[in-house]
Amino acid sequence: MAQDKKSGSALGERLRENGMLLALVAIVALFSILLGLQGKTFLQPQNITNIFLQNGHVIILALGMLLVIVAGHIDLSVGSVAAFTGAVAAYLTVKVGLPFYIVIPATLIVGGCIGAVQGYWVAFWRIPSFIVTLAGMMVFRGATMWMLGGQNIGPFPKEFQAISSGFLPDLTGIGQPHGLTVLLVVLAIGAQFWLGFRARARDAEFGIEPEPMALFMGRTVLIAAATGFVGYQLAFLKGLPNVLVVLIVLTVLYAFFTENTTMGRRIYAVGGNEKAAKLSGINSDRLVFACFVNMGVLASLAGMMVTARLNSATPKAGTGFELDAIASVFIGGASMTGGSGKIVGVVIGALIMGVMNMGMSIMGIGIDYQQMIKGLVLLAAVIFDVYNKAK
Amino acid sequence: MTALLEMRGISKVFPGVRALDNVSLSVEPGEIHAICGENGAGKSTLMKVLSGVYPFGSYEGDIIYDGETLACRNIRDSEHRGIIIIHQELALVPLLSIAENLFLGNEVAKNGVINWGEAYQRTEGLLKKVGLNELPTTKVEKLGVGKQQLIEIAKALAKDVRLLILDEPTAALQENDSQKLLDLMLELKAQGVTQIIISHKLNEISRVADRITVIRDGASVSTMDKHEITEDRIIRDMVGRDMAHRYPERTSNPGEVLMEVKDWNVWHPEQADRQIIKNAAFNVKKGEIVGIAGLMGTGRTELAMSIFGKSYGQGHKGSIKMHGVEVDVSTVPKAVKAGIAYVTEDRKGLGLILEEPIVKNITLANLAGVAMKGVLDKRRETRVAEGYRKQLAIRTPGVQQKVMNLSGGNQQKVVLSKWLFTEPEVLILDEPTRGIDVGAKFEIYTIMKELAEQGRSIVMISSEMPELLGMCDRIYVMNEGRIVGELDRSEASQEKIMALILKGEGKAA
Repeated sequence: MAQDKKSGSALGERLRENGMLLALVAIVALFSILLGLQGKTFLQPQNITNIFLQNGHVIILALGMLLVIVAGHIDLSVGSVAAFTGAVAAYLTVKVGLPFYIVIPATLIVGGCIGAVQGYWVAFWRIPSFIVTLAGMMVFRGATMWMLGGQNIGPFPKEFQAISSGFLPDLTGIGQPHGLTVLLVVLAIGAQFWLGFRARARDAEFGIEPEPMALFMGRTVLIAAATGFVGYQLAFLKGLPNVLVVLIVLTVLYAFFTENTTMGRRIYAVGGNEKAAKLSGINSDRLVFACFVNMGVLASLAGMMVTARLNSATPKAGTGFELDAIASVFIGGASMTGGSGKIVGVVIGALIMGVMNMGMSIMGIGIDYQQMIKGLVLLAAVIFDVYNKAK
Repeated sequence: MTALLEMRGISKVFPGVRALDNVSLSVEPGEIHAICGENGAGKSTLMKVLSGVYPFGSYEGDIIYDGETLACRNIRDSEHRGIIIIHQELALVPLLSIAENLFLGNEVAKNGVINWGEAYQRTEGLLKKVGLNELPTTKVEKLGVGKQQLIEIAKALAKDVRLLILDEPTAALQENDSQKLLDLMLELKAQGVTQIIISHKLNEISRVADRITVIRDGASVSTMDKHEITEDRIIRDMVGRDMAHRYPERTSNPGEVLMEVKDWNVWHPEQADRQIIKNAAFNVKKGEIVGIAGLMGTGRTELAMSIFGKSYGQGHKGSIKMHGVEVDVSTVPKAVKAGIAYVTEDRKGLGLILEEPIVKNITLANLAGVAMKGVLDKRRETRVAEGYRKQLAIRTPGVQQKVMNLSGGNQQKVVLSKWLFTEPEVLILDEPTRGIDVGAKFEIYTIMKELAEQGRSIVMISSEMPELLGMCDRIYVMNEGRIVGELDRSEASQEKIMALILKGEGKAA
């Protein structure tokens, strides 16, 4: 009898995922209408490109942050680490004069080392991650200023700038529209349908209550249409930005890692019940350590992206990044206590933040109101979540 | 005599489930009334209806209390009427003192300023009433579970309790603490406090209860008076069938010695000079079920966990042999590789990830078994889980169900499945039937029997002597970190086990 009590919970979770997607669509629609009233077009190629260019770092940080939060920890230092590694990259490029193919891996290694140091104290010494990374936040903010000597370093050679402002070359040679982009978009839409139907077939095989067909088709068509629309717009501008390619590759990679690998599964187990995980032979310390190293590497990638976009490393770079990343993870449905949260949710969460940033800026809403609105959206998303679970 | 409490035709419906179906309960003033039933039978739901957790109007039927209809909107209302429930999970604040806990939400205060003098004075009086010799300023975290339970009762007394409801009060207590608690219940009864006790332990119920109401599948089945109470009848009413055999028939045929533990010494994880396990030695043969008896806190769990990958303690010394060859069990993966599995006594805390589905819990200890080069094969994983679901008869709509939605018995089967999937030769089962209803207990025993017949060895740790006597080929008796005796199935009895424990105590002193 007791076991029947919450058989609706799987459906509830689905509802939540779809709910976030609908929220994203609604927000995009809202801005389209509001900007339409001002006589501007929201969904134009330049804006779409910019959403990814200007928020790529948030998504990248959020991917790493999800793992940290799933493992039951938090990382407040990512903004400062991004700033510091951006400064390191700038120093190596501009002052030392190293080429980008050395600077990029070197910076990623620096980020990984920073993550390792913080992770070492958290995982092996059991110092609360809040404290360790709060310290890291201050230390690396200071280190950034020290490194830059209070000045900006820049500009960068073209190759380095390409990290953020480059576009995928059109290998098909069609040019207008961008042939490779069209090809990739068609492939992506095909993949969405194929993966969707495969997952459905698998759910049926596993005895998971299937999602109603109408809902599934509705959502898949919606996503496919959005992909097609974005692709169409991009194809007639300059094609796929490098940032977007990196984002898609990383998202797919992390989604696969979290859902289909033993290591990913173990991280969720550690966050869900560390003692039970340990008694099942899982080395939780090492996994937590790995999550922090990963976070450090992603923070340095985000740092380079931002530095390349601004074309200079500045002492103030990366301020508040950690909050955007953490907010994205929670808007995306991760649990405060660890053990749950999905990559897809996090990406949607980050896109919601990104679209709002962009839309409000175009509308000319002041930074003061922007902050307030973003805060309320975060609160609303989590309240929605808690309400859903309590039902 | 008119009843103090009369619940008539209570029905409570949750979405999709009828948790209570026309339950009636009548409690006379001054009696101890026991409520029995399997897990999920609806006992707790009934008590939640009574105490206002489910407010008036959310259920059908009438509650007449003290001659008038009871219409509680919340727990505060029911407490106001003197109905106080003590839940299975204690609701004390560990870092606050006894006095602070006793009057939490009910402070001895005037205009919000606490009168500590009076609070301490009243605390002392209440502590005396429940037979606790502690300072009112002692922090609750310093007390054992048994004493905390008494504090809960004192807290109820501080609120002028008239009807005290105890939900499985002895579930976490060891034998002598349980006895103390039961004595206290009888004493309170003498003082005129009416009590309702929910319990699985039939011997306790027959000791203290004046009347028993048995609930099965959300309906009240029978109410019997003291002179009618027999364990067999309670069990029959609870499970709805005659249980002539509480333990499955098994003919054992142990093979050669499989695991041998020798000179095992372990020290406390924080206090390096405190020895917890002292020169323990025991063995288990292939296909044998060996019991470890002893009071709680004698180091049985510590012994098992220290063997299982040094999951407990420090400074481990001694040897463990499998098939006559010494093995390294210094980490959990190594112990698993050596063929040892440990099923914890603390299912929810150490055994399961409650938020995760059954399938992910079952494969957790052997993810490599459903993966290729670190990539999970979810199809295989589901097949494995489905296999155990059928084999152990885990009752659930599907393996994607979260384990938190399962009953205790089914959760235990999930933990068992998890360890069976590591293909162990020796299974150490720590209190495998704790908090499980009678029907599910029998199923667990049957699984144990089948495992032994397959040639696996089982070490069963239990505080319930009857189940050790019913299941084991041999029983080791532990006391204060030592193994003080060994009894063969043919010679073992509750008296002999107790005698060994007491003798061992003399030796240790």
